[in-house]
This record gives sequence, C-alpha cells and structure tokens, in this order.
Amino acid sequence: MDAGRTALAAPEGRASPTRPGAPRLARLALWIAPLAFLGVFFFYPLGAVLRIGLIGLSAANWVKALRETIPRPLWFTFWQASLSTLLTLLVGLPGAYVFAHYEFPGKTLLKALTTIPFILPAVVVAAAFNALLGPRGWVNFALMSILGLAVPPLVLVNTLWAILLAHVFYNTTVVLRIVGNHWAHLDPRWNQAARVLGAGRTRAFLEVTLPLLWPALLAAALLVFLFDFTSFGVILILGGPQFSTLEVQIYVEALQLLNLPVASLVCLVQLLCTLILTGAYARMTSRTQVASRPRSQSQVRIRPQGVLQRGIVAAVVIGLSLLLVSPLAALGLGSVTRLEANRAQQGEVRYGLTLDFYRELFQNARQSLFYVPPIDAARNSILYGMATVVISLSLGFLAATALSRPGRGNSALDSLLMLPLGSSAVTLGLGLIVTFHRPPVDLHASPLLLPIAHSLVAFPFVVRSLVPALATIPKRLREAAAMLGASPGRAWREVDLPIVARAAAVAATFAFAASMGEFGATSLLARPEYPTLPIAIYRFLSLPGALNYGQALAMATLLMLVTGLGILLIERLRLPGVGEF
Amino acid sequence: MRQGSRIVSLVVLALFLGACTFPGMRGGAGPGLAASGQAGTLNVMTHDSFDVSQGLVTQFEQANHVKISFFKSGDAGAALNKAILSKDSPLADVFYGVDNTFLSRALAAGIYQPYNSPLLAQIPKAFQLDPTDHALPVDYGDVCLNYDKMYFADHHLAVPQSLEDLVKPEYKGLLVVENPATSSPGLAFLLATVAHFGPDQFLGYWKQLRQNGVVVVDGWETAYYTNFSGSSGKGSQPMVVSYASSPPAEVIFANPPISQAPTASIVGPDMCFRQVEFVGILQGTKDLGLAQKFVDFMLSVPFQEDMPLKMFVYPVNPNAKVPAAFVQYTQVPDRPAQLSPEEIAQNRDNWIAEWTQAVLH
Repeated sequence: MDAGRTALAAPEGRASPTRPGAPRLARLALWIAPLAFLGVFFFYPLGAVLRIGLIGLSAANWVKALRETIPRPLWFTFWQASLSTLLTLLVGLPGAYVFAHYEFPGKTLLKALTTIPFILPAVVVAAAFNALLGPRGWVNFALMSILGLAVPPLVLVNTLWAILLAHVFYNTTVVLRIVGNHWAHLDPRWNQAARVLGAGRTRAFLEVTLPLLWPALLAAALLVFLFDFTSFGVILILGGPQFSTLEVQIYVEALQLLNLPVASLVCLVQLLCTLILTGAYARMTSRTQVASRPRSQSQVRIRPQGVLQRGIVAAVVIGLSLLLVSPLAALGLGSVTRLEANRAQQGEVRYGLTLDFYRELFQNARQSLFYVPPIDAARNSILYGMATVVISLSLGFLAATALSRPGRGNSALDSLLMLPLGSSAVTLGLGLIVTFHRPPVDLHASPLLLPIAHSLVAFPFVVRSLVPALATIPKRLREAAAMLGASPGRAWREVDLPIVARAAAVAATFAFAASMGEFGATSLLARPEYPTLPIAIYRFLSLPGALNYGQALAMATLLMLVTGLGILLIERLRLPGVGEF
Repeated sequence: MRQGSRIVSLVVLALFLGACTFPGMRGGAGPGLAASGQAGTLNVMTHDSFDVSQGLVTQFEQANHVKISFFKSGDAGAALNKAILSKDSPLADVFYGVDNTFLSRALAAGIYQPYNSPLLAQIPKAFQLDPTDHALPVDYGDVCLNYDKMYFADHHLAVPQSLEDLVKPEYKGLLVVENPATSSPGLAFLLATVAHFGPDQFLGYWKQLRQNGVVVVDGWETAYYTNFSGSSGKGSQPMVVSYASSPPAEVIFANPPISQAPTASIVGPDMCFRQVEFVGILQGTKDLGLAQKFVDFMLSVPFQEDMPLKMFVYPVNPNAKVPAAFVQYTQVPDRPAQLSPEEIAQNRDNWIAEWTQAVLH
C-alpha cells in the first residue's frame, strides 16, 4: 500500500526537465503533424459545412430547434450511451482481467474473434441478431420447442435492449484490449507489497491496482462512451424510429429533410457535449498517470490453477463466446443455409446446406457494371485498412509521445484529439465534399480521401491505446539511455518502442478494424471503381430475394474472415528482438 | 536498429502496394478507355440503387470516345444533398436519381440546366412532371404493400383490399411500415394515405393503424429482411411496405429456383404510390454535348429495356419492351395514389413531423 502511495505522490514521469527550452520545442514539434492533419481534414471541412448551415438559420428556427428538435434526442443520447458504457465495462472487465492474467488454450483465437464485432456494419449485426434472437431465430426456436409455446417469447428488435446489446457486442473488445493490455503490464510486486503489509485482497485492489489501472479504464470508458454517443446505424436499424439520438436527428435533418441549418445546430450541440466530455476526461487523466516499470508478460501470466481460477477463466470464456462469438457463428451458418423448395407451396420452413451463395459471388450473372468481384473488394478493403494503419499510427505516435511528456496545454490538446470520434460523421462527410471537391485539393478524385477519413475515426483509438503505455515509461530509463550515449532517436527505438510495441499492436488492430468495417463515410467518399466489402454487402441487401440475402451473408462472412486474419497477423507481426512487454 | 528499419520497410511496402493498385491516382486510363484513343470523361452521379449492364455502357463509351465514371452517392436524399452542396463546382456532369418527392427541392436549388431532349416526344406527358425540362423522367415504380402468400393461406385470412381494411382487427399487428423521415418507401406510403384521406384526415387513419399494432421500423432493409415473414429473414409480419417489383425479384433471385412468387403486391385503389425518377444535366458541366448524348442514351430503348431487371423499375419510354419474367410476377395498380411535386414539396416536412407526433410519440 505504501508503495502505491509513493508512486502516486511522486510520479517519476513528471520529473522536471534539465534543459527547459529544448524539450518544450521538441514537444511543440511533435504536435505539428497531428494538429495539421486534424486542422485540414477535420476542423476545416466541419467548419465549412457548419458555416453554410448556420448562416441559413433564422432566429425563429434557433429557438424552435433548441426547444423542440434537440432536448428529446439529447437526453436519450446520454441515457443510452451511459447505460451502454456501463454494461460494456461490466462485460469487458472480467474478460480483461482473465486475458491479462491467464494463459489458456485458444486464447489468441478468442481474442481475435472478440474483435470482429467491431468491424461489422450495422445491417450485418442486425442480420446476425435476427438469425440468433429473431422471431424465428435459434434461441426463440429452442425456447418454443422446449416450453411448447406458439409465439416466440423473446422480442428484441425495436427495443432498448437491442441497442444496448448491440453496443456491448461492438465495444467489449475496446475494454478487453485497452484495459487488458494495461493490466497485463502492471508490476505485480506493488500489489504483493500491499498484501505483505497487511492489506486484504479487496483493499489491495482498490488502493493499488485500481489507481494504477485508472488511466486505461478511463480511456476505454471514454472511447466506448463516445462511440455509443454518436451511434447511428445501431439506433436506426436495431432500435427503430421511437429512439432518436443526436446523430440520427442530424441524418434526418440533413439528408432526408434537406434542412442543413437545423442539422448544423444539432451538430454544434453534439460537438459541445463531446468537448465537455473529452475536456473532463483530459483533466481527470492528467492527474492520475503513474510511471512504473512495465513487466514482461511472461512474468505476470500464468496458467489457471485450482477450481476457482479455472472456474473464473471458464466462465469468462463461455460468457464471451455466447455474447460475442455466437452471433458471428450464426452469420457464417446463414451464409451456407438455404430455405428448401418453394416456400409458397409448403406449410413449413425447411433448411438445407449449400455453397451456392459463395459460388454466385464469383460470377457476374447479371452482367452488371457494378458487379464487385469478392477478391477485388477484399483487396480494396485491405489496402484502405493498411493505409489507415500507416496514417493513423504515424500521426498517433507523434501525438501520444507529445501527450506523455509534461507540458502546458496538453489536456486542451488531448480533448481536441478525441473530437472526431464524438462528432457527426454525416456532417463531416458533407464537409469533406464541400471542401475537397475542387482544385487545388481535388481529393474527391483521389482514393486517398477514404483512408484519411478512416484515420480520423481511428486516430482517437490509436492515441488512447498508446498514451497509457507511453506514460508508464519511467523517465530514468530514457535518461539512462541518453547517459550511455544513445541519440534521442536511438533512445526512442531501444526504450520506448519495445515497451509500447504491444500497445502499438492494439492501436494497429483498432485502426485496421475501424477501416475495414466503416460504411458511412465510405458510401459517400469511395471511388466507385474501388468498392469495399461493406459496400458490396449493402448492394446485395438493397434488393429482395433469397440469392441476394444469401450473398450478403456470404460477403459478410468473407469480411469477418479477412479481418480476423488481418488481426491475427498484426498480433504476430511483433518484431523479433523486441522483448515481450 | 532492426525494428526501426522493419517499420520503415512496412510503411514503404504499404505505400508501394497502394500506388500500384490504384491506377486512378496517377491519372492512368481506366478499363473502358483502353480501346479508344481519346481521354474525355463524363461523370455521372447517381443514388446507390443505380445499376446498368456492362455491355450497354461500353457501347456508349466506344461510340462516343468517352469514359463514363459513375459516382454512387448514398441514398436519394444524400445524393441530392451532395449535388446541392457542390453546386458551384459540380462533382459531375449528369445527375440521375431525384424522384417526384424530391423534384421540387432539386428544381428550386437550381442544380440542373434545361434540356429539351428529342426523345421526350416518345414519353407520355404524365411522366413529364417538370414542364421546363430541367429534370427528365427515366423510370417509374410503385411502392405497394407486399404480403406473404403462405401466411395468408395457412391462416385462411383474406388479403386486405383497401387502406380501410388494414385497420380491421383481423390484421392486428400484421403490417410493418418504414419511417417516412428516414425511408423513401416509407414516405411514399405516407403520401398514399395523404392522397387517399386528404391532408386533414390522414393522421386520424394513422392513429387507427397505430391502435391496430402497425410496426414502424427505420429502413426498407430492416422492414423487409428482419420483420417481413415472406423474405429470407423470416420475420413476424406478413405484410410490408415494399415495391410492386419485389415479388418478381423474389422469383428471379430465388435459390433454389421457384416457379411461383412467395409474395405478391396488394394493388387496391390508392394503396400504391407511384415514384418517378429523373435525370438532369448539372449546371457547370464541362461537356454539354456529351452530357446531352448521355441523357438521350438513358431515355433510348436499349437502356430503357435494360432497367427492369437491373433496378426493378418500369421504363417511361413505351417503346421499350419489358422482360416477361418481370411482367409475369408484377401486379400493376390501376389507380395509384398521386400528389403533385409542388404539393409534396410544400407539405412534406410538416406531414412527416405530424406523422411522427401521431405515430411514434
């Protein structure tokens, strides 16, 4: 316990710099590229479209919008996001604990599988939930035959539960990865010291482990909250029209009623809320960062022993599989299942197995100009994903390094970095169109606009994954390296990089996943010659017919496979020679 | 040392892969241009549902020494918004996909320039909703209720024949509709009820529908694939607001093949709403001559005959023959509901707001 106190009282990372001028300049230099990127591709386009919108807003509309349009969705947005975040933490934290502390067979695979929900477009999640929990889904089918019911007992679609369940399904991986990764590297000796000094299990957890875990916990909670806060597809598709968030309101006003002025006002309210949240977050974390010597994972992780440990691991594995993996399995199964024979002539539904949907994917049976060969869609998605990883990781490293060094203005800059995640994708998409469709920057014609937009989404995840890891690096390690004659670059490579390599893998996973699954910006900005897998899925789902539905599920299964392989690869990519930290 | 260079080489590899596989970045020739020597490109903006046969476009490209670049720009509302926002420096030469519910908005925004195509002479006046010829009709389709034949047969239930029938107790909880604020078929069905009951009475009807357990979802995909029992999603409601062309699509895209459609449309008087879609030449096009040729191409018989099996709509050009598979399974309403584009434009936001208040809150 004493150890914990001391660490909190004298954070090693915050020791005063020896030469005051140079570090500050270096810190400012680090900020240039990330801020320029955000300025050009986020603030400028968003500002441009908001300006167009707000100019057209009459005083009467201001009042009307603030009184009638905004309060209801504003309240619901906060309500569902808070509830979703709480549930996600509840599900994710036991998982993070188990992933951080225990080795068990199938762990890598399970971890990759739990990330796949993150990339699924909302319509696909709806299809998965429908196959599993819908009126004729497996669960209802089982309940009906066991209990002898005539009506499906479980009603999910168009309830608040559907929204909450979908948000937990999407975001548990954020908690698993960000908190789990941080937890795995906590020095267990501090906890042990507290125990030796007489603290009970609970007290040691509350007074030592929890404070040390706090930065990662807050980071994960903020990311999950912002993700839910701007939720759009889930609300529309699974929640239904009785639920409206600010983002849904913006979409309806901007794209359906073509009322850009009111949409801009709602967007501004949403931005303000996000800014308050990220500002509060930045203040909270700036006071709680603790430097500690990171431990190698092999020192921390053990195989579960005894009934209790095995029980905990088994419960978490089964729980996560049911919640996160079974819908994926339902999708995969749906892609190889067809309804037998003529439905109109038969009294009951019968199923059969088939590979027809996959076979159909590979031929342009309708001679359509817009036929998407699955290999091409996968290649486009992967290339966009890789470009997103490169862009967001290089900028993210700069920003995270700057953030992890002491300096004034950090918390303000930190809250700016998080804004893209908490702002309206619809508005930003329109902004990018308004600003970048004419020379000199005619990005509309460039395939780079898409990974840039994806990087805006990925950026907050990348920064939040890296900062807790960088903040734990004791300054004296770098100083020791410098003392031994290492250049700053070499010190970074030999000290920082090995320690953050694990966090960088987490960051890369999120960046890749954010790009693979993104649909909103993609549908507005993608070059038609380079369609992605989610776009191909939507094309099938926009037409009736068993073949279209089956091909959409087959394409979604391909998306899951490609992303899963990509994530496993990123985890493996860890550089030989760099220690396991 | 080693790790650093590995990361650098990964970055280089990624950039290299990117540069190789995106020929557009370097201004290279697209596939359609390889044959012809000229480098002209015509940009055509469409909504997401646009589709056309590859061969037809290639023919046009070769005949006119041009490459056509299609930009799909979201649903009808998103695409129109994109066109309006980029009016001063247009993204495309031609914009297809405004329908009669958005027509007045598009015309008021002044995105089009007029074009009196010679082919308009072949097209019935009823479709030419813009007398100034800024927006030219291309296709039409009917938004109708679809029903699950098997459900009605199994339950020995008569199929409703009018809007009034839908509020009868035997159809309680059997209908799923889309939210008119977020869905174009949803709006079309709302407009059908406005046309039938009048602007003062339609809300009363919707309140009755609400009491009779009408299910409202946000989009067509959810309504059709999650809620409708006649689709592959196997939902709970045997009636859905969809298109008159959905039953033929169920046959054409069946797996395994079937000889009878599992669903059918209800085409009682005023139960369907006719959507007409338009094309227009955008202000500021760089090649007016080509843009006009392309509009003519869309109104001409080959393109018009291609549309039914691509976009599941009817051609406006009566000289175009509609494929048998399409005709056989499609019911055409004798008396679709109709409202003028001006009336829609003036009242649409209010109707949606009133509807939201009455049905959702």
